[in-house]
Amino acid sequence: MAIVKTERHEDLPPPASQTGVIGWMRENLFSSPLNALLTVVSLYVIWWAVSGIVSYAFINANFVGETREDCTGTGACWVFIKARFGQIMYGFYPVEERWRVDIGYVLAAIGLFLVLSDVVKNKKWPAVYMFVFVPVVCYFLFYGGSFGLEVVETSQWGGLFLTLVLASVSIFVALPLGIVLALGRRSSMPIVRMLCVGFIEFVRGVPLITVLFMASVMLPLFLPEGMNFDKLIRALVGMSLFSAAYMAEVVRGGLQAIPKGQMEAAKSLGLGYWQAMGLIILPQALKIAIPSIVNTFIGLFKDTTLVLIIGLLDLLSIVKAGTTDKEWVGMATEGYVFVAAVFWVFCFGMSRYSIWLENKLHTGHKR
Amino acid sequence: MTAEAADLEVAKINKFRDPRYRAIFYQIVVVVLIALFVWYVGHNTAVNLEKRGIASGFGFLSQPAGFGIGIVLLMDYSSQTSTHLDVLIIGIINTLAVSISGIFLATLIGFIFGVLRLSKNWVVNKIAAVYIEVIRNIPLLVQLMFWYFAVLSVLPLVKDSIHIGDNFLINNRGVSFPAIIPASGFWLITVALLVAIVLCFVVKNWAHKRQDLTGQIFPVFWTSVGLIIVLPVIASLIMGNPFEINYPEYGRFSITGGWSLEPEFLALLLGLSIYTGAFIAEIVRSGINAVSHGQTEAAHSLGLSPGKTTRLVVLPQALRVIVPPLTSQYLNLVKNSSLATAIGYADITALFAGTSLNQTGQAIECIMITMIFYLSISLLISMFMNWYNKRIALVER
Repeated sequence: MAIVKTERHEDLPPPASQTGVIGWMRENLFSSPLNALLTVVSLYVIWWAVSGIVSYAFINANFVGETREDCTGTGACWVFIKARFGQIMYGFYPVEERWRVDIGYVLAAIGLFLVLSDVVKNKKWPAVYMFVFVPVVCYFLFYGGSFGLEVVETSQWGGLFLTLVLASVSIFVALPLGIVLALGRRSSMPIVRMLCVGFIEFVRGVPLITVLFMASVMLPLFLPEGMNFDKLIRALVGMSLFSAAYMAEVVRGGLQAIPKGQMEAAKSLGLGYWQAMGLIILPQALKIAIPSIVNTFIGLFKDTTLVLIIGLLDLLSIVKAGTTDKEWVGMATEGYVFVAAVFWVFCFGMSRYSIWLENKLHTGHKR
Repeated sequence: MTAEAADLEVAKINKFRDPRYRAIFYQIVVVVLIALFVWYVGHNTAVNLEKRGIASGFGFLSQPAGFGIGIVLLMDYSSQTSTHLDVLIIGIINTLAVSISGIFLATLIGFIFGVLRLSKNWVVNKIAAVYIEVIRNIPLLVQLMFWYFAVLSVLPLVKDSIHIGDNFLINNRGVSFPAIIPASGFWLITVALLVAIVLCFVVKNWAHKRQDLTGQIFPVFWTSVGLIIVLPVIASLIMGNPFEINYPEYGRFSITGGWSLEPEFLALLLGLSIYTGAFIAEIVRSGINAVSHGQTEAAHSLGLSPGKTTRLVVLPQALRVIVPPLTSQYLNLVKNSSLATAIGYADITALFAGTSLNQTGQAIECIMITMIFYLSISLLISMFMNWYNKRIALVER
């Protein structure tokens, strides 16, 4: 009589405490008494925060109405944002002309989609469209004065529109300028190098506000009598120079990552400095630097709020002006929360894009 | 071809095709252009200043300022007699005050959240992630405005102050708490504190030597804490408690007595340290991640406790990665403190590049002095952090 089992016994399932939801919770939430305590405390904090936010922003909030009298709830009063929405988006841009801004948005959005997404492989024409066509058309659209469009002075520009104009123009100027500065900093000509290092280090050592003050107070002194820029251009000059210095350091980081052999190979093929840079070095260096460039751009986008201090009516300052309105007393929280949310959506979107791009570009150097 | 002929051949080549000559030529062009630009700007400025009747120079520094300042620390200031130089010094002190406290608080917040972000506890980890992602993506100025106008300004009036304990008051004029006013004999406490700090270093060196010789470990940290607490307490008892405690009390319109922190200062401090803390948390997380797991395993296999592993093995190596980006965050914090202008904290930018500039019209001088101040602070912090970085850097063979 055989008492030895000949066939294999069915595998037992793993202990219930080690798998599934319970196992995961035991490992990740309650692995030790301290950890369990932390979990409980954190869950309480989350419940407290989320319930507070939800009841403030939704349950006890007011959404319908026109005036301050409609703010009856204990929570947020989004009526304030709704009543001033046009101003928050466009500033004092004349209401009947706002379609021009919208067309500009659509053109830029198409360009951004073509340049940034994977849909079009050859980026030459999208780039020409985005960096030549759109800026020129937008200038004529926004400022007007030709093609039968009424002139809209820049002092009437404001809100999110102005913030976007500030950010895009600054980056548009700062990137090429930053590349030139970075090349200058790595140049073999001592005087050029010294000038570039001096400029970059000086600008990076001082706060943006002082640069903006300088642009708004000192620039008029530097220019000959009668020649005067408006406030927006002065702010743009300050912001562009400021971000160019940061951009230069980012590009320099990219340039330093390219092995010396690339330049030597280019030279041995008979390419001159600009040919080698334009065809061999910069494409590789900029590709490496793209995530950092996007990060610099996020910083620049957040820094546009500083124009409030020199009196431009960007998104933040137009909301701030709204909260000091006598008819809307006590709307500070709503206003600033709304501004924070808008900025958060833009910046978080850009940082996700930068991460996506980093993964996509992480090719060619893999082994 | 003879040697002379070859030389002739070279000499015939256009000098402009030689990179060396070309470089010199380009640089001369650059220098000439810059010189022309500077001359043009200088000339315009001189003409403009003359037209506006502004005498350039630093004479205005000794003129009376004639405006009031909200927050004055460590100085006497009167709007009648004090000069613009006093204004500059007050501005510098205020900037340094908020920057230094901000750096401490931001480092604390950053390290706590950086470590929480690495926690194996899923909930804790996500809380830290949400904090970092939310705060990093909202402009600092918006956060400052939020703290100042939406949080601190809606606190109760002075007469309805929130009490924490008996003597800790919170209202829309700031936070008040008991002050310690030194009386005669207070010097002994200060001396005792200094002696305690010196003794800590002595103990540390002695413990280190003893550990090298005998392998025995001495509890340096707790000894130091004990010294720093016990010595001043003994000194205080010897002199019969040579200080008074001044409690905040309700006055007619505001709180009198005690020490208080103004809402402007608090908003700036909170905004700066919460914002910078989020960046520091990311730096700390990536720094600790950069230490390979083998190091931890090796430390465990040598029998080091988890605490010692962190303190003696992981942190020293992580700090090498953390310090350089941490430096630039500190620099950012100091530079960002200039946003004080927007909420009315009297820092150097608001006072000197703001009010003084508007009163005197000396735009160039005021802005230049302000910029030089920030530049020298940047330089000092970089120098200190470079020294520290060199000290903790890997000693290679």
